[in-house]
Amino acid sequence: MLMNERSLRGSPADPAQKAPRRKGKAGVRPLESVMQMIFFLCGFIAIAFVLVITIYLIISGLPAIREIGLVEFLFGQEWASTAKEPKFGILPMILTSVYGTAGAIVIGVPIGFLMAVFLSKVAPRRMANLIRPVVDLLAGIPSIVYGLVGLMVLVPLIRETFNTAAGESLLAAIVVLAIMILPSIISVSETALNAVPKEYEEASLALGATDIETYFRVSAPAAKSGIAAAVVLGVGRAIGEAMAIMMVAGNVANMPDLLSSVRFLTTGIAVELAYSSGLQRQALFSIGLVLFLFIMCINVILNVFLKRDKED
Amino acid sequence: MKLKKIFALGLSLALCAALVAGCGNDTAGDTTTPTPGATDTDTPATTQPTEEPAEEISGTVNTDGSTSMADVMAAFQESFGNMYPDVTVNYSGTGSGSGITNALAGTVDIGLSSRALTDEEKAEGAVENIVALDGVAIVVNPENIVTDLTIEDIAKIYTGEISNWSELGGADAPIAVIGRDAASGTRGAFEEIVGVEDACKYTNEYESTGEVIGSVAGNPNAIGYASLSAVDESVVAVMVNGVAPSEATVADGTYEIQRPFVMVTKEGAELSPAAQAFLEWAMSADAADEVEAAGCVSPNA
Repeated sequence: MLMNERSLRGSPADPAQKAPRRKGKAGVRPLESVMQMIFFLCGFIAIAFVLVITIYLIISGLPAIREIGLVEFLFGQEWASTAKEPKFGILPMILTSVYGTAGAIVIGVPIGFLMAVFLSKVAPRRMANLIRPVVDLLAGIPSIVYGLVGLMVLVPLIRETFNTAAGESLLAAIVVLAIMILPSIISVSETALNAVPKEYEEASLALGATDIETYFRVSAPAAKSGIAAAVVLGVGRAIGEAMAIMMVAGNVANMPDLLSSVRFLTTGIAVELAYSSGLQRQALFSIGLVLFLFIMCINVILNVFLKRDKED
Repeated sequence: MKLKKIFALGLSLALCAALVAGCGNDTAGDTTTPTPGATDTDTPATTQPTEEPAEEISGTVNTDGSTSMADVMAAFQESFGNMYPDVTVNYSGTGSGSGITNALAGTVDIGLSSRALTDEEKAEGAVENIVALDGVAIVVNPENIVTDLTIEDIAKIYTGEISNWSELGGADAPIAVIGRDAASGTRGAFEEIVGVEDACKYTNEYESTGEVIGSVAGNPNAIGYASLSAVDESVVAVMVNGVAPSEATVADGTYEIQRPFVMVTKEGAELSPAAQAFLEWAMSADAADEVEAAGCVSPNA
């Protein structure tokens, strides 16, 4: 995800073009080839890790799915991994992850997008320069801190407002996730908005459109694929988050309901892994495999957007 | 611009200096705090020269069974390893059932069970050696006026039959039922003793005892369970059938939500010298500190 974010901010210049060519001096050659080997090795290690993780997840995730049955596993509505007659249905977790992510996007994207418009177009440069580091700082806050704040502030608030037994709920998780995905949405959309050619906006203004009309009718559509990439990036971050939502979601594998305690795919693994054994542990790996496939899909979608961005 | 850079550099240096200074104080504090603990672990070590040369025991002790006993076994392994450096104690958590089976089959030296043995198991020749008692406290928020529950009340709360504190003489508020994750030994013990296995309707589940305590401490509607040793002043441990949980009431058996940690051996089968020494030590008052360190009550103290 991080690599995608970086390449969005402008593709790095090709080092081969910039580096001045060295001539003569035969002594440089061996060093040159040694360095090349090292680069190759480093590149290979990254690929090897991806391959190893993929293969490992498939090997360790498949046996449980085979034993439980794919349909039973994906569409079973009950998760009772240590009961006398164990049930391994992860539909509640899949739906929770989907609803939770969708909720975070519904709240986070409008706020993030408007913030990006503000930073890129509306705010005086000085103020924007002051706010931007704050947004970056938001991205750097460890997820457990988000969880902690959610637990101390949000959870009691929800409990008292809705008069429920406990405030740990899907709603709390959605709010925490929405805040967590803000920074990536803001910075990626802002980059996209900044990249819109000035002539477009000047033309729009010259034709008599107001500033606001220009931002929403001209700048935003011109930057739409970048903004879409920001949304997908937010989805990726939200669906993969575990620590923060484990603290505020309540972690019971109920079918999702805004005010009830829910278990995400990620927290489903994290909550039970420590003491699990046998089929239960294998099933947790299978959850990991499902989550992995989700995130792969999101990455593919992100790459489609990026490609389209480049073609533009 | 240059001035700004120098200023930033100076600021970060100052921060680093403050950090180092802070850490310096911390480490000083750290070295002083663990001394009581250090002396605890030292006590077996000081007895080591007197015992070790006399016995000269070496070998491997294989134990297998209850996952709930992992903490106790870890404490045992460390202290026993200090006393008898030549003895290796192996532990694998496979569950109480398989621990008892393996002890009877003779595939391990000592089986581990976190429940009392049944009469059938005893008839097959299993011998019950209780090394520790594990009390599970039922905790509520300090604001809660309900402080005495029967086991039936607790069972009804956890199965969802009672869902409001007013039904128990408390405030008119919904009950938040807090528990541990499905793989937890504490949850297994609690559900088994209270008789609500696989029937609990939890509001929230947590991955550690600390999170359960934290959740109950922060929610006036909550009820939870936790190892007796983990209970602190942020929550109130309720009386069960009129008995307040404490080490004394667990040890004399009047507090009912408790279970024994059992080392299972087979009647008539001879243990290796190393296994015999380990079992005798675990059953002696010498192991009481380790039992308490693992959050349990020693019946042999």
